[in-house]
Amino acid sequence: MAAEMLDAPATQTLTIGKALNLGLRRAMEDDPKVVLMGEDIGKLGGVFRITDGLQKDFGEDRVVDTPLAEAGILGTAVGLAMRGYRPVCEIQFDGFVFPAYNQIVTQVAKIHGRSRGALPMPIVIRIPFGGGIGAVEHHSESPEAYFAHTPGLKVVAVSNPVDAYWGIQQAIASPDPIVFLEPKRRYWEKAEVDTSATPEPLFGSRVVRAGDDVTVLAYGPMVKTALQAAEAAAGEGRSLEVVDLRTVSPLDLEPVYDSVRRTGRCVVVHEAPVTLGLGAEIAARVTETCFHSLEAPVLRVGGYDVPYPPSKLEEEYLPDLDRVLDAVDRAMGF
Amino acid sequence: MTALRHETDADIGDATEVVDPVPGAGAPHLPQQPDLVQLLTPEGERVEHPEYPLDISDDELRGLYRDLALVRRWDVEATALQRQGELGIWASLLGQEAAQVGAGRALQDGDMAFPTYREHGVAWARGVDPLHVMSLFRGVDNGGWNPVERGFNLYTIVIGAQCLHATGYAMGVQRDGAENAVLAFLGDGATSQGEVNEAMIFAASFSAPVVFFCQNNQYAISVPLERQSKVPLYQRAAGFGFPGVRVDGNDVLAVLAVTRNALRAAREGQGPTFIEAFTYRMGAHTTSDDPTRYRLADEVEQWKLRDPIARLKAYLSRSGLADAAFFDGVEAEADQLAARIRSGTVDMPDPRPTDMFDAVYAEQTPHLAAQRAAFEAYQASFEGGEH
Repeated sequence: MAAEMLDAPATQTLTIGKALNLGLRRAMEDDPKVVLMGEDIGKLGGVFRITDGLQKDFGEDRVVDTPLAEAGILGTAVGLAMRGYRPVCEIQFDGFVFPAYNQIVTQVAKIHGRSRGALPMPIVIRIPFGGGIGAVEHHSESPEAYFAHTPGLKVVAVSNPVDAYWGIQQAIASPDPIVFLEPKRRYWEKAEVDTSATPEPLFGSRVVRAGDDVTVLAYGPMVKTALQAAEAAAGEGRSLEVVDLRTVSPLDLEPVYDSVRRTGRCVVVHEAPVTLGLGAEIAARVTETCFHSLEAPVLRVGGYDVPYPPSKLEEEYLPDLDRVLDAVDRAMGF
Repeated sequence: MTALRHETDADIGDATEVVDPVPGAGAPHLPQQPDLVQLLTPEGERVEHPEYPLDISDDELRGLYRDLALVRRWDVEATALQRQGELGIWASLLGQEAAQVGAGRALQDGDMAFPTYREHGVAWARGVDPLHVMSLFRGVDNGGWNPVERGFNLYTIVIGAQCLHATGYAMGVQRDGAENAVLAFLGDGATSQGEVNEAMIFAASFSAPVVFFCQNNQYAISVPLERQSKVPLYQRAAGFGFPGVRVDGNDVLAVLAVTRNALRAAREGQGPTFIEAFTYRMGAHTTSDDPTRYRLADEVEQWKLRDPIARLKAYLSRSGLADAAFFDGVEAEADQLAARIRSGTVDMPDPRPTDMFDAVYAEQTPHLAAQRAAFEAYQASFEGGEH
């Protein structure tokens, strides 16, 4: 497989899943200290096959099938990081991260500061997140706000194969701990990835569609939804500017401020419940910074403030094209 | 596997037999505990144990006494400084000096220790400046020593979390092909934590070179051991698939021998060991605690008879290894140390207010840099005028 990849042309059509796999492979080739840890990531290649073939090529010491214990994965990752390794931990599903929450929040996030920089924590915590796959409870959640609220962590959410390929490598190379959110329902989305290109910075947002009337912000799986909404709105003569935030913590809102100063209207979209979600923080900052440019309050489109519902209800729960357009209408109504 | 070693198979075999169902309750019966490793009786009599011969020079013996005495003096001074308002809190090690010094002195260069927040005796043995520990309890920082340079991690306050860090560090040692061992400290209360159990599972599964050193001081703040465990703690190890051993935690020689043995086995690739150092917390949990609410004075009095320092002093005196001049010298040194700790603590400068922003990340974020700048501007607005 490695040889096949090396011979592959610089530009390939990859799914997000394959792009992550290839990015992980490149990171492991580049740095022998990179160690992958997780449940079922070895022989099986992970339940989403993101680590497919890596144990075969890099061995059991670098692609570690751990005991079934998430705190154990993160806690031992801390020790490995102290020893100079760069652990990449896979949490099988978003709702399974909470047994590791203590280690992430009390240790991973704090050790660099506790040690005044003597102990960097270059740990990547990969989490397939979000709903839309018809799964049972705990398999469809969006826990980003818990981590974005925790000083010491950085949180990114990729939306496409290009960012997946480069982002996972950049996250692994980063000296800080990063929660790396993968849009699980978009794992099979394809795009051209130029592996010889110069990647964009990991911690930067990006305008992915230019427009004049309303600025729509999204990250992870909702970027596609926002773009679909923009396409539909264009048919009705409305011009939406869509920003892929890409990084949830730290937020990169300068491009957002520039956009909102032009449009005067802003809608934030995420799957997570709206109350105290990222949208709340973004609305506050946009309001503080762009107060005199705003024609309407910053509106939020998100999950309702309920536990993620049984999958027969997830279409109603999840923001979709129509709910984004409804918010756009309301923003335009002010 | 790997981890079941011949010299402790007997312990594993007994795992189903409850030897001491209520350890620590009432009067301790240490000499009567059949599995307790002891090399120095409470009366200071040197005894041999067939599995734990101790190769130690006279200088080393005197050095251990010096360690114990100095660490206790430090602890007394720290408690006094807290009472005088110079420390926010202090977690006393009184009574646990032998467990900590014995374990700390068993470590070699290149080994790594992962303390809780009470391992001042191990910090001492690893060469950490006591003032670094004092700065933590004074609220100046979170402990200023370099953990990897010292082979001694920063104190970890959330109970048991460090056992996983130690195990992961040991997995790294394994990957490096290094002949080092890792020593994870924990208390009796921590054995109930899920993360501690996960650490032992990971350590066993990967045969990691880590030793779990549990100071069973009989209380988790106020809760006695029997609430944590229905079996003696060292017997838990059998369930994880590695040896467990109970040592007299007030016997510095036995602790040294048992820990050296376990660390050697770890270095040789034989995997983890669980050591239960059977001891007693003579003081309060911390200076904020009042132990008279949950334990009897009589119990404390009985443990005084097992004092770790008195027994070594008795042995050194009786065997002619140390004379009055030696003990006087150690006492003078202890007084000097206490004076240095006192003045160093009282004179410790406060941190700069902006310090809190500066090490959150290895790569500072623009947002935090802006917040820091705003904070500085706000602070500056108070200078030289009305606000």
